[in-house]
Amino acid sequence: MTDMTASHAALEPSRSDKFRQRTVPLILFAVVLLVIPLFNPSRSMVTLLNHMGITIVFALSYNMLLGRAGLLSFGHAVYMGLGGYFAVHVMNWIAEGTGIWGSVPMFSMPAFGFGAGALAGAVIGWPSCRRAGTPFAMISLGVAELVAAAGFMFDSLFGGEMGISGDRMNGPELFGLSLGPVDEVYWFIAFWTFIGVLGTYAFTRTPLGKLSEATRDNPERVEFVGYSPQRVRYLVFIFAGAFAGMAGGMSAVQDEIFTPENLSLIPSGAILIATYVGGIRYFTGPIMGAIVMTYMGSNLSDYTAGWLLYLGLMFVCVVMFLPDGIAGIVYGTADTIRQGRAGEMWRTWMLRLVGLALVGAAIITIVEVAFRWSDGYGEVFEPFGLQLTVENPLTWVIGILSLVLGILALRRAAKGGGK
Amino acid sequence: METLVFALLNGAIYGLLLFMLSSGLTLIFSMMGVLNFAHASFYMLGAYLAFTITEGTSFWIALFLAPVLVGGVGMLVERYGLRKVHAQGHVAELLFTFGLAYLIDELVKIFWGRTAVNYRVPEILDFPLFTLYGAQYPAYRIFILFVAAFMLVALWYLLKKTRAGLIIQAALSHPHMVGSLGHNVPLIFMTVFGAGCALAGLAGVIGGNYFVTDPAMAVQMGPIVFVVVVVGGLGSLEGAFVAAMLIGLLQTSAISINASLADIFGFIGLGADTELGEITIASMAPMLPFLLLVLILMIRPRGLMGDREV
Repeated sequence: MTDMTASHAALEPSRSDKFRQRTVPLILFAVVLLVIPLFNPSRSMVTLLNHMGITIVFALSYNMLLGRAGLLSFGHAVYMGLGGYFAVHVMNWIAEGTGIWGSVPMFSMPAFGFGAGALAGAVIGWPSCRRAGTPFAMISLGVAELVAAAGFMFDSLFGGEMGISGDRMNGPELFGLSLGPVDEVYWFIAFWTFIGVLGTYAFTRTPLGKLSEATRDNPERVEFVGYSPQRVRYLVFIFAGAFAGMAGGMSAVQDEIFTPENLSLIPSGAILIATYVGGIRYFTGPIMGAIVMTYMGSNLSDYTAGWLLYLGLMFVCVVMFLPDGIAGIVYGTADTIRQGRAGEMWRTWMLRLVGLALVGAAIITIVEVAFRWSDGYGEVFEPFGLQLTVENPLTWVIGILSLVLGILALRRAAKGGGK
Repeated sequence: METLVFALLNGAIYGLLLFMLSSGLTLIFSMMGVLNFAHASFYMLGAYLAFTITEGTSFWIALFLAPVLVGGVGMLVERYGLRKVHAQGHVAELLFTFGLAYLIDELVKIFWGRTAVNYRVPEILDFPLFTLYGAQYPAYRIFILFVAAFMLVALWYLLKKTRAGLIIQAALSHPHMVGSLGHNVPLIFMTVFGAGCALAGLAGVIGGNYFVTDPAMAVQMGPIVFVVVVVGGLGSLEGAFVAAMLIGLLQTSAISINASLADIFGFIGLGADTELGEITIASMAPMLPFLLLVLILMIRPRGLMGDREV
């Protein structure tokens, strides 16, 4: 017995390890948030950053369910939406300024969203958390459809198709921020994003957070130890709903509007994709996924009409070949470098990159040409001055040849080739 | 009486179409444990392929060719996609089909455009068959009824009276045992997946011109098909049939009821001018299947006739 305790103590990370692994990343994150405005980003860039912050919190809350507790939800946007709707209502009460509402600062909206999300999670989670797996996924789908339909029905609460809008320039100011210009909203978003990251990270360190992982892996054993998996799931669900509601409160201040569309399956699906592509097995995965997806969502849609197709392709490829997502690549690479196998890895990576570039070029060519052909406006896809039309044989050479070559290169890389 | 008869007829047709869609999904779900999110996308694919084939040749060729093509696509998806993901567990499989649904939606938009295509009922069937209570009843609906009934009988015969059906039924509940007995279970999976997709494609061929053929049809139909499968119960085609008819009748009859909540709950003081009282039963019709889904999963998780829990 003494042997076991001794080895147990030896297994525990040292103080400096804890500091390096847990505190330093958070400090770095805070520093990044503080440094960004020094680069004088443009207004549209700040808006993009704000949306990234909102999506980060939303994705982290979603990963409390999917990655940590193993609960696949198709309706997580319901909680962000309800939290956000409540925040918009509060914003309007502040604008009226009657009674206690006159002294509520606009800065606190995410806290109201947090409360509303937790309440929604507590009400809806009660029937849905009894079992995990497919039944949970199905109930979440049904509930999302019901809530979205109700959103279009009760106009006084949800504002019909037009939604409800608010005005963030009301109420007392906090930290000297009027929240009028976007750069002031940036500080608001940065503050709450940090709180969200800190909160969701702290949650993973609590006994409940640890138990939720145990419930994901083996609910039966959790029950033998004396805990109720149902109860663990329910509590995690409430917290996930709360943090989603917080993201809703942030979004309410940033965009000043919420529509029933925000409750529907579309944003729920989007956050599922962002979280999974980022990597659900790592705490930082959803953060990476949120940044990449928000960036792609706002920029790719300017370049191509087919960005949803690329998104779908990317998602399917991640599910099939990269179940650990972007974070898996990042940490996998870091591990190999630490083990001193960098040289070997670079060769595989070069091959993989060549393969990816070839496959990517092929797919982009085919998709872009196909899109222009189906529009029928006679537009021509002209990358680097090439006139790629449906009739041009070069189109098909690029399309098919590089696809085949790329797949061959990727297969070789997958077999550990490159030597 | 008039509304009741029409609601029953239309509900039965809608229910049969739903069953055609969900029968394949039930087989796939019970056998492989995969709730195929892309199933309704195969239904959409069937409708669009039928539209293209009809333009080139005729509706009757499309009626046979389109489901076969869709079934082929389904088999390829199972062989080169799902089977790969299978090792990573059910969540990965579910996510794969979820992404696939996205992809098929976008591909359909590339090939056939973002707006509805003009997929019409064939002229030979475009006439009123009989007159009921002064209203004409289109022949095409009765045609749907016949195709669906034919499919129902064929499926029943195949599963219950042939040796292949026996093996499939065994693989539904005990795939490992069937494999141990020397049957090629992956091949069975692929065939059933393809056949299920072909059935969805057939539903698309005859449903696409009954409703509208547009890129949103998969998103509209998909969740309802899930409801049918879950409410019907795992591994039970009979359950799927009952659930499909139930939902078909429920939805079509709800649409034809004009009463509002205030008319029904007026006795407990719900006013007609309040927001809750204004809601009509007809406007609640799209919500009913999901209400049923949540209630069934809460009260009876194995569905109406399922042999085990989802």
